[in-house]
Amino acid sequence: MSATFDRGINAFKEVLDAPIASFFSSCVHCGLCAEACLFYTETGDPKYTPIHKLEPLRRAWQQEYTLLGKLAKLTGLAKAVTDEELAEWGPLVYDSCTLCGRCSMVCPVGNDIAYMVRKMREGMSAAGHAPEGLVTATTRAIQSGSPAGVKWVTVQAQIKRMQAEFGIEIPVNQENADYLVLMSSWEILNYPEYLGAVGRILNQAGATWTLAQDAYEATNSGIQIGASDLARELVGRIVGAAERLKVKCVISPECGHAYTAIRWEGPNLMGRPFGFEVKHILEVLDDLRRAGRLKLKGTLDKPLTYHDPCQISRRGGVYEQPRTLLNQLAPQFKEMADSGVMNWCCGGGGGVSANERAEPLRMTVFKRKKAQIEELGVKTMVTACANCRVVMEEALEHYHMNVEILGLTELVAEHLDEEQ
Amino acid sequence: MTALELLTWARGTGLSLALAICAFGILLRLFEIFSLGRKADLSPPRDASPGSGWRTIVSRSLPPPGLFKRSPVTYIGGYVFHIGFAITLFFFVPHIELVRGLTGLSWPGLPMQVVDISAVAAILALFAVLASRLMNPVKRFLSGFQDYLAWLLTLLPLLTGYLAFHHVVADYTLMLALHVLSVELLLVALPFTKLFHTVSVFVSRWYNGDIFGRKGVAS
Repeated sequence: MSATFDRGINAFKEVLDAPIASFFSSCVHCGLCAEACLFYTETGDPKYTPIHKLEPLRRAWQQEYTLLGKLAKLTGLAKAVTDEELAEWGPLVYDSCTLCGRCSMVCPVGNDIAYMVRKMREGMSAAGHAPEGLVTATTRAIQSGSPAGVKWVTVQAQIKRMQAEFGIEIPVNQENADYLVLMSSWEILNYPEYLGAVGRILNQAGATWTLAQDAYEATNSGIQIGASDLARELVGRIVGAAERLKVKCVISPECGHAYTAIRWEGPNLMGRPFGFEVKHILEVLDDLRRAGRLKLKGTLDKPLTYHDPCQISRRGGVYEQPRTLLNQLAPQFKEMADSGVMNWCCGGGGGVSANERAEPLRMTVFKRKKAQIEELGVKTMVTACANCRVVMEEALEHYHMNVEILGLTELVAEHLDEEQ
Repeated sequence: MTALELLTWARGTGLSLALAICAFGILLRLFEIFSLGRKADLSPPRDASPGSGWRTIVSRSLPPPGLFKRSPVTYIGGYVFHIGFAITLFFFVPHIELVRGLTGLSWPGLPMQVVDISAVAAILALFAVLASRLMNPVKRFLSGFQDYLAWLLTLLPLLTGYLAFHHVVADYTLMLALHVLSVELLLVALPFTKLFHTVSVFVSRWYNGDIFGRKGVAS
């Protein structure tokens, strides 16, 4: 156990960098991060204050990397971080943070708290304090290629289904295509229509595309649990396939953290820039639209709103593209009070939805989204993350709310002008 | 030791010592931060976003949408204190004279009445944020000895300066000596307490703006 604990502390030392040192140095305990965090606003419990979730990491930094902290440790004035403490912090770091980064947008001294929680998880998982649900998902992803244990045969079955349903050809292992299409486990299992939709859109646009048999899964539990070596292994499979098939661009599916994993963390995990582009499907749709290659007809004429997946909008910078598309497709599109980069999380991002221990808390904090939907009075919500979708569908069921959720890519595909 | 001797020490040796410790402390703390380094980000930025860090240094001074309503005391108290303190510190004519005496640099001051109001406003704001710290569940939960110490060390120079200026206490020389000493305490504590945010806020805001900026998000 102590060997594991030492690994955790070493991981803390390794992730501590100049930005984190400046963040800890600047915190004045003003408490504003709590006001931005749905785990505090919906529970009223101060222990969910974002900066407090980092307390063991802060003490490790102070005692390892500041002169006064070192002196305090030497003289016994400061007590060292203990394994019990890390165990106690497990639920704070994993259950009550979705890495949504809303706190990082409001901190008056500019602390990127989500950046720090992501880093702190490296030490927590090394010390053996990651929640069981996430450990299982990560192990499965490494062994079978998917956190949900989805195998290629399942994908093949969905390919057949989509080919039959939409009369399209779904290419596999094609070299030199414009796009390599990835899916998340949820899309393979719950929303295979996504694959049909992407296929129809890309075909109509005259783009070439392919799936890869050895890299169909975009989700990455490695970055959620905070294990960079595993995250690297998972991203490496996609990079390997993209390079082997010589594609120009990899399309990250409607999944928030998959985009963060491939687009932003990917090159850093691999230690080199990629020779291909990585885009979220919404970026691709917008590219095609601007190039006049996305021809749409008709509208969905009912009141609806858009739920911004945190990793796509606030942490990913893709917030204008869905609005351009919705303004064209949905004349009654309305914004929630806090939208775009200031959206509220669904409550299940950052691995929380894979963590069974967190389920009751996840339902509680959904009250924020519930209030937003009720304030707007819409019965239809569009989003672009299959995880948000599953989390919200479960919570809507829990609260007996009659609201449907649509994937934006499917909505676009349903309005393709296929005669043109 | 008479009040005059105390004042003489405070304005001479005391001030030099305090300034030296403060300067050394700031350099040490900055070294502690920057020596940790930062790995180059190998992911291609969404847009070239030059200046995003610098913009966030400025933009973070404003409340993000919805936050002001959730925590008005923090914002109003914060603004009134920081602006009031800055006016008192930088635009009170005797302060400018002191800097001129030490460095030769000077700038125009503000009328006494403006400085007076600013100092009172800053003191009142300090009491308001203290009340909020004691009553708001999150702030009370987060606060430790250092938070209250920093509060006291910030209050003392304002309070002693105000009392000296208005000759409220009979012995003006003693009050002035206490004022200078309280400033020295503040200077010595600045690098080693959360008061260091005075310096590090520029660094942390810059990093925040840089991290968000390369993803195409104005933070």
